[in-house]
Amino acid sequence: MMLKSKLSALAGPPQPFDQILSEAGQIILGKHTEIRLAVACLLAGGHLLIEDLPGMGKTTLAHALARLLGLQFSRIQFTSDLLPADITGVSIFERDKSEFRFLPGPVFAQLVLADEINRATPKTQSALLEAMEEGQVTAEGQTRPLPQPFFVIATQNPAHQIGTFPLPESQLDRFLMRIELGYPDPSAERALLAAGGQRNRADTLSSRISPTELPAVQQAVAQVHAAPPLIDYVQALVDATRHDPAFQHGLSPRAGLALLSAARAWAWLDGRKMVIPDDVQAVLPAVARHRLRTTQTGGHAQMEDITRLIRSVAIP
Amino acid sequence: MSTRADQALERQASPWLFASAVATAAPHVSHQAYWLSALSLLLLLWAVRLWWKDERLPGRWLLILLVVAGCAGILIEFRTLFGRDAGVAMLVVFMAMKLLELKSRRDAMVVVVLGYFLLLTHYLYSQSIPTGIWLLFALWLLTTTLIRLHGGPSNTGGASLRYAARLCLQAIPFMLVLYLLFPRISGPLWGLPSDAHAGMTGLSDSMSPGSISRLAQSADIAFRARFIDAPPAKHKLYWRGPVLENFDGTTWRPHTGQGAAAALDRMSPPVRYELTLEAHNQRWILALDAPVSLPEGIFLNAALAATQRQPVTERQRFALAASLDYRFNADEDPQTLQRNLSIPAQANPKTRALALGWRQTGLRPEEIIRKAQDLFAAEFTYTLQPPLLGPNGIDEFLFVTRRGFCEHYAGAFVFLMRAAGIPARVVTGYQGGELNPLDGHLVVRQSDAHAWAEVWLEGRGWLRVDPTASVSPARIETGIVDALAFGEPLPALVQLRADWLRNLRYRWEAVNNAWNQHILGYDPQRQRELLSRLGLPDTDWRSLATLMGIVCGILLAATTAWTLYQRPRIDPALRLWHKALRQLARRQVHCAPWETPMALAQRVREQHPELGEAFQNVVDAYLRVRYGDANDNLTPLRDAVARFEQ
Repeated sequence: MMLKSKLSALAGPPQPFDQILSEAGQIILGKHTEIRLAVACLLAGGHLLIEDLPGMGKTTLAHALARLLGLQFSRIQFTSDLLPADITGVSIFERDKSEFRFLPGPVFAQLVLADEINRATPKTQSALLEAMEEGQVTAEGQTRPLPQPFFVIATQNPAHQIGTFPLPESQLDRFLMRIELGYPDPSAERALLAAGGQRNRADTLSSRISPTELPAVQQAVAQVHAAPPLIDYVQALVDATRHDPAFQHGLSPRAGLALLSAARAWAWLDGRKMVIPDDVQAVLPAVARHRLRTTQTGGHAQMEDITRLIRSVAIP
Repeated sequence: MSTRADQALERQASPWLFASAVATAAPHVSHQAYWLSALSLLLLLWAVRLWWKDERLPGRWLLILLVVAGCAGILIEFRTLFGRDAGVAMLVVFMAMKLLELKSRRDAMVVVVLGYFLLLTHYLYSQSIPTGIWLLFALWLLTTTLIRLHGGPSNTGGASLRYAARLCLQAIPFMLVLYLLFPRISGPLWGLPSDAHAGMTGLSDSMSPGSISRLAQSADIAFRARFIDAPPAKHKLYWRGPVLENFDGTTWRPHTGQGAAAALDRMSPPVRYELTLEAHNQRWILALDAPVSLPEGIFLNAALAATQRQPVTERQRFALAASLDYRFNADEDPQTLQRNLSIPAQANPKTRALALGWRQTGLRPEEIIRKAQDLFAAEFTYTLQPPLLGPNGIDEFLFVTRRGFCEHYAGAFVFLMRAAGIPARVVTGYQGGELNPLDGHLVVRQSDAHAWAEVWLEGRGWLRVDPTASVSPARIETGIVDALAFGEPLPALVQLRADWLRNLRYRWEAVNNAWNQHILGYDPQRQRELLSRLGLPDTDWRSLATLMGIVCGILLAATTAWTLYQRPRIDPALRLWHKALRQLARRQVHCAPWETPMALAQRVREQHPELGEAFQNVVDAYLRVRYGDANDNLTPLRDAVARFEQ
């Protein structure tokens, strides 16, 4: 999947993100594509869902990204008895001042890691998802804006595990991307075993970019050029999902927008100022899989379905 | 035998095939044997059931058994496997059987091609407007099915229907060119010689009690006439068919020998008209009495009946003229007169006695005719359902039953005249007709079939006497509907008394007539006329074929040009890119439509390392031009492609 562009003349200024990517790659070994997708997701201003078995490095990745991007980080461990107020915060009565004081919850951070989000009840899940959608929290009649930038990296265990509440379709749609980390390859795993636990190493990372720079980067990403033939390509892909009998329903226009902005971020990470079809194909699985259900199994689309989809659409 | 996956028929294509099969075969139900239709329907339902339940298709041996049984049935029914009816029946049954064998796309193609062929066979039976409309619909459905078969999953039914409709519409100019310019052969384009003309209704060449009243119960159109001069009054419209001179006691038959040519004195100016005769499989032309100018190939016999050499097996058009008042054969040869006096020796003694009585009282012939007419006018009833008559039929009719249709009156009258010594004969044909106010055509139906009498008087020649006019004057003045009592078995179509219904019928018949005259009636002569009007006189089939080729070529070129013009302007960058791809294809590296340029470059680097860099340059330049930001400079790409080609 890594098709590093050779468009030398188009390479932008030295990217702090090359360093971010490589340093994250030293923490999560052998997962360059996934790290790149995660970073692209954050640059595109979207929220990220990481789905995998416990112990695959989900939390470590989120932690490492927060450190590298210099973002204020908080972590919420979702459990079945977690309440919405545990996320958004509570007001407590201060006897000496005779008034209520709002204690902000862990959601008031720039990067929120929602660990094992599908272990909480739907009510609690939706409290977080509303915050994601609106960028603000309404608690006890008062609306409080969340810090900017605001990212959520949620992790979840595969839905068929015991004691989980799978996220409904509409809430899955709020995540720009969903990625799976998967088992490391043998060499990466050997290196991991030799070096010991990686999560502690993540704490030693220092930020490569200041939080104030991030909005400018996001703006640059949004301005990456998408030529008419490329827009046609994105539209054709989205349209193909709507006529493909293998899927229960097609991608929404919002998914089309998500696909394009993710492709922009991917192109920007490559140092390009224009989106090419490769960018679209690279981000398509992460953007589309959790939004499509297959007619045969009823589950989310598999990698093969996306490959087949790509192969059914000609590049304009 | 297993079918390869890429050849397998998609499940969703089957309903379209079933619908196409029904649409193409259905009109044959109206004329083929019931067991054939039932068998085909049964096979179709079986195929639908198998498809619905997703069950296994029948095995090969069962199919072979079915084919043998089907052929045997057709052989028993038609005594042959060839010819029009047997051939069509076979195609219909085989089409239904093929539906039980829909495994691969190839099988589906067989059904579609068979369907297109079956469409043509309908024209062997009917060329009416509803048939044409139905077949257009079937053509549309078949074409849609064909598109569905090649469409793939992203191709929806609605889109296929629209696409097929567009294709059919695009074929119209070609259809017109072929219709107008294809060398015409005179004779039926769709008719077949052997079994095509059986079962046509029309006047027969003999008359016995009941023969015309049976015919009069049909509403079929016998012919149409369009008067160029002012149309004559209805009671003068006698359309002459065969003249019957020989009587054997029950049946009247024409005289077969040749007589002298008819001598006709016109006593009124000719009335010109155009006659469009429906096929009736006989040689006579129903010309208006008395015909004075005949087109080439039509002859008048001694009894003034117009005939042609070949039976009328298809709709034909004639330009004719008639003189309504005439004197005919004032000097008849004695043989003919003798023949028209003979009556069977023994039969009908009472009638004979009556006529003899008139003759012996010394009445003049005119008075005898008047007496006979008065007799009929007195107490006879005009009816389509006369009682059956025995061996002395005329006696029985005149003295007992006194109920009859025109053939009874004409026969009895002629018998009376002959018995009274006046030469007389029966003339059959049609009387009257109905003027369609919408297109000005006079429509004459089988229900207007009629029989009247002709008597020969010294110095005046043959005179028409219509005894029916004495019994029921309304029959001659206004038509058969008013002449018969309510409840007589006249066809409903003829009886329409409600104005709006009658108007609807007029409209429908006018449209049909226009269709017959202008579309089906486009014969070699009309083709020549059209071409000479276009400035191409004296065309033979060779020049026609050339002309057709030229026009079709121009049409094709125009369509191609239009398509090319309509095609979105291809991006010059894309054209250069395709050029590079063709270069790659020569080295056996083919770019799939979904493959990105970068992925392709990667592949080229792996498969042909020596090309890797040159092609990467092409890719870089192409991506920059095509996907870059407002970069119209094609030079780098052109250079890169040129370098790559070296």
